[in-house]
Amino acid sequence: MCTVCGCGEGEVNIEGHAHDHDHDYRLAHSHGFGLNRKRDLHFGHGPAHAHAPGLSQERMVQIEQDILGKNDEFAAANRRWFSERGIFALNLVSSPGSGKTTLLVKTIEALKNRMAVAVVEGDQQTSADADRIRATGAPAIQVNTGKGCHLDAHMVGHALERLAPAEGSLLMIENVGNLVCPAAFDLGEAHKVVILSVTEGEDKPLKYPDMFHAADLMLLSKVDLLPYLNFDVARCIAYARQINPGLQVMQLSATSGGGMTAWLDWLTEGVRTAGASLAKAAEV
Amino acid sequence: MHEMSLAESVLKIVDAAAASQGFERVTEIRLEIGALSGVEIDAMRFCMDAVLRHSLAEGAGVVFEIVPGQGWCMQCGDNVEIGALYDPCPRCGSYQVQPTGGTEMRVKNLLVE
Repeated sequence: MCTVCGCGEGEVNIEGHAHDHDHDYRLAHSHGFGLNRKRDLHFGHGPAHAHAPGLSQERMVQIEQDILGKNDEFAAANRRWFSERGIFALNLVSSPGSGKTTLLVKTIEALKNRMAVAVVEGDQQTSADADRIRATGAPAIQVNTGKGCHLDAHMVGHALERLAPAEGSLLMIENVGNLVCPAAFDLGEAHKVVILSVTEGEDKPLKYPDMFHAADLMLLSKVDLLPYLNFDVARCIAYARQINPGLQVMQLSATSGGGMTAWLDWLTEGVRTAGASLAKAAEV
Repeated sequence: MHEMSLAESVLKIVDAAAASQGFERVTEIRLEIGALSGVEIDAMRFCMDAVLRHSLAEGAGVVFEIVPGQGWCMQCGDNVEIGALYDPCPRCGSYQVQPTGGTEMRVKNLLVE
């Protein structure tokens, strides 16, 4: 991975952007040996060559840095970017096949006359999902993570440059279908929204606790299929709240439209609040 | 979890420290990993080994300091020790426990020469 800005060495591909901006990562990767050589002041190489008896060349360097500190810096920059533009940004996370893209398509169709909606689509490969979103008329950009199992804040930052979502808009970031890794990576979103479809099994919150812990809202999707399944809704919600007592839960079906109103209202309120703080900032 | 990304981030931190503090070899990397961070230590060890190859820390020992999970039990109104995010309060059995410690993933220090 690149030392300067965190690029995955050409793995990541943002549509229309080969991500080959040259910030000399080769140099950065070689500095361990290259740069210091030039100083020409060697007092031996390690304990065996130490000149003072009993004095090791080995020394301790205090680091005290978060391993994900770099990602968190990029996330903070994204969050600032959203706040300056009054954009309500969500990070949608789930297993593959929970119906995220279908839900997004239906959500955009319902909201597009009321507000601007833009989408960042994360997948390992293909632009199939971004194509589905664009068919609704909403701007979308696909980020292919290559072998990566999650979006990170740096990828999203680059996607934002190209997507340029409107001020006061709703931005939905559809993460890679994966209930594990995206939990740890802050993208700068206002909320993580976890989608769990009723075809998956009610104990998923217990099996993948980190994600349900990181989310603020759980959408229980495909509830139109409940009559055909042995899925205990109450138990599922109890499991989820066992992990995250403050988790908000909504039940909906993108296919039948059932329960969509609460979700659309929640989004509308989020967009209104984000936009209102922008208007307030403009007055000051 | 994404131990490979984490291991790559550790190497980036080490590389940056080498550039700013002028050392050429790293013989030990000490990591502080919280019990609630979701990091699988065996997987992390495996990934560190792979990532450190051909780096200035090739062959360096990787030491893990595990920070125990701590939570605030809303029922007891007190700090309690928990082993996992979904563990109930060991005193009262309530699940209303908010993690307060043990979620860290940090590079603590390095032995360098």
